[in-house]
Amino acid sequence: MDALFSPLLLSRIQFGFVISCHILFPAFTIGLASWLAFLEFRWLRTRDALWRDLYFFWLKIFAVSFGMGVVSGIVMSFQFGTNWAVLSEKAGNILGPLLSYEVLTAFFLEATFLGVMLFGARRVSDKLHFFATCMVALGTLISTFWIISANSWMQTPQGYTLTADGVFEPASWWAIVFNPSFPYRLTHMVLAAFITTCFVIGGVSAGYLRRGVHVEAGKRMLRLAMVFAAIAVPLQVFVGDQHGLNVGEHQPIKLAAMEGHWEQGEKGAGVPLVLFALPNQKAERNDYEIAVPKLGSVILTHSLDGEIQPLKSVPADDRPPVAPVFFAFRAMVGLGTAMLLLVLASLWMWRRRRLFESAWLLNGWRAMTLAGFAAILAGWWVAEIGRQPYVVYGLLRTANAVTPTLATGSVLTSLIVFATVYFTVFGAGIWYLLKLIRKGPQPHEPAPQTKGGDKTPARPLSVGGAEEEGA
Amino acid sequence: MAYWLPVLWFGVIGFGVLMYVLLDGFVLGLGILAPFAEDEHQLDHMMNTAAPIWDGNETWLVLGGTGLLAAFPKAYAVVLSALYLPVLLMLIALVFRGVAFEFRFKAHRSKPAWGAAFALGSMFAAFAQGVILGALVEGMPLQGGKYMGGAFGWFSPFSMLTGVAVVFGYALLGSTWLILKTEGRTQLIARTLTRPLVLVVVAFMGLVSAWLPFLDSRIMARWFESGNFWWLAPVPVLALINAFALWQATMKQGRDAAPFLLTLSFFVLGFAGLVLGIWPNIVPPSLTIWDAASPASSQGFVGVGLIVLLPAILGYTWWSYSVFKGKVAADAGYH
Repeated sequence: MDALFSPLLLSRIQFGFVISCHILFPAFTIGLASWLAFLEFRWLRTRDALWRDLYFFWLKIFAVSFGMGVVSGIVMSFQFGTNWAVLSEKAGNILGPLLSYEVLTAFFLEATFLGVMLFGARRVSDKLHFFATCMVALGTLISTFWIISANSWMQTPQGYTLTADGVFEPASWWAIVFNPSFPYRLTHMVLAAFITTCFVIGGVSAGYLRRGVHVEAGKRMLRLAMVFAAIAVPLQVFVGDQHGLNVGEHQPIKLAAMEGHWEQGEKGAGVPLVLFALPNQKAERNDYEIAVPKLGSVILTHSLDGEIQPLKSVPADDRPPVAPVFFAFRAMVGLGTAMLLLVLASLWMWRRRRLFESAWLLNGWRAMTLAGFAAILAGWWVAEIGRQPYVVYGLLRTANAVTPTLATGSVLTSLIVFATVYFTVFGAGIWYLLKLIRKGPQPHEPAPQTKGGDKTPARPLSVGGAEEEGA
Repeated sequence: MAYWLPVLWFGVIGFGVLMYVLLDGFVLGLGILAPFAEDEHQLDHMMNTAAPIWDGNETWLVLGGTGLLAAFPKAYAVVLSALYLPVLLMLIALVFRGVAFEFRFKAHRSKPAWGAAFALGSMFAAFAQGVILGALVEGMPLQGGKYMGGAFGWFSPFSMLTGVAVVFGYALLGSTWLILKTEGRTQLIARTLTRPLVLVVVAFMGLVSAWLPFLDSRIMARWFESGNFWWLAPVPVLALINAFALWQATMKQGRDAAPFLLTLSFFVLGFAGLVLGIWPNIVPPSLTIWDAASPASSQGFVGVGLIVLLPAILGYTWWSYSVFKGKVAADAGYH
């Protein structure tokens, strides 16, 4: 019972749960903020009212998502201290400054200009309002920079010295921030965020076209989503491949878990690509394996007989849990492949001028609305479960990072409270998002002149709020 | 360097926490006063005074947290793990308070429920922050760098007192903010609430101040030994003068900014009094700022960023307040 409900295990479940919930919101708002900047830019350039209607429509969705991202993010910034006190003590010298820079360069920027973006439309000029939108978009990207840097440092630490007590001290900040896996993770994550938002926009638009509502808006957005995805998805495949090579170089056992690769084959045999298997941690092998010989080598080392380090090359307690990493990786790649196929099909239908009429294609976009979120979760599970049993890779074990004085009752309480609150609060938030999406973009009344002395703050969020039903 | 950097960072963290207390304090105060709103319309009015700026205000809390991790990692680890349950309460309360801003304006039938979430979230967040403050000031027994107080070590008469005191303190910040930002019925209610709140808050401040020296002989020594008292006396004296001026200001019609500004300065003095008692500890009674400090390479790295970025942050924060300056109309937000 004690082993089952140890503070360590409960803390791990809690951290995994709160961060998995949290990542969904920033992933969406990173892309959405840039999308809003694009929409407002188009409106200012063309003065075509549909661009502005679309801006205010997505702005409401942004506000709700951003709010949920903020509150779940505050939880994150205290989790390290409450549950991972030893990690904070030993790696705080390095992680603390990176997170502080995130607050100083990004959080204040986003939060402050968001207020102007949401409520300032009647109080500042169009150009200044556009500037505020751009600052929010910039803030989301700067924030990604720092948080990915901190995470990457824990995956591929460098630029530190270790004291006798095992405390990390910074030796070179340049080496810490730009650690070996950082460029790959940053590109992979930013692209993932943009693609996630892109598929939401495409899926929502396809929904409107299927229902025959907001047709003009739906066509405009679906076309944009398709063009963006046609560039970003193949790019992501390339970046993902490069990232995989980087993982092989710096975290070989994680790569072995992703591939379910237990032992070294015969010389020259290369690494097979395991299509399906049930990894068996105890027996140290795969059950029910279906594999293609040599294909693994081609993908992972870009040669016919390249080798990767197998799981059995390290002791059993230095290996991550293989099955979740193995399956999450396949889920991510599978979703990516589905996205790629959908984009190719859309391009083909577009050439035949049937993009907006084809029911199966529109249904495909609708079905893939949330594919980006699922892929991001799967990808992060690969990254985070795959680095186990370490929290700072190769140097500090997760089991040694947990708060030593933590009472089982405390962490059990917090886990139950977080689970209950997150399901109700974020469930309600998602319900409101669905309501907004169902309603769709509405014609926005022209903003009154600021010069005329109109001092009421515009609240685009509550436009029509009073008539909305439900909840 | 090894001496002054931690001192500087103590100041930075103190400034961040003070900014948080002042700025999110009045927003949490709005939630604490929410039960006095006569209808949903009036609560809209109250919330609209803070809707454009609350998010930036709350960010100071995150800066306090990450700044503590960067500059005093040992203190961050000890304080947050020792205060596990009050921190949990604060976080959950802030979740409800934060989403209520967005959800309340989207909801129809459940609008009163999100109003209640706003009110209860604000009250519990304020109470939890007061408990955290009280428990920290009271001191945390450490052995080999580990907290020895157990899961409920923070629970004491003093921390309960500071918990309730902060709820009333934030309510006063909220009511004087409303005097500044509203007119008509909402302002009248705020004015009516402010006078009794001033009395209650001054009483709590007196109670906490009287209790402080008996908590810890170090605090007693700080204030009453070796002539310190004459150096430090201006703080309580100014606080008394400030309290009197605040009481006067609440009587005067027309001067709508004075009560809020005087409440802010009253809080600054109270905060200074607490910090003087703690210094040079970051976690009383034994973990000093030099014991808990991260190396100069960590403190210096963020220090450089602070020097450049903090003025910019204060600058655009000021600008955003000026965009939304003036009275907020009662029907704002309803189109």
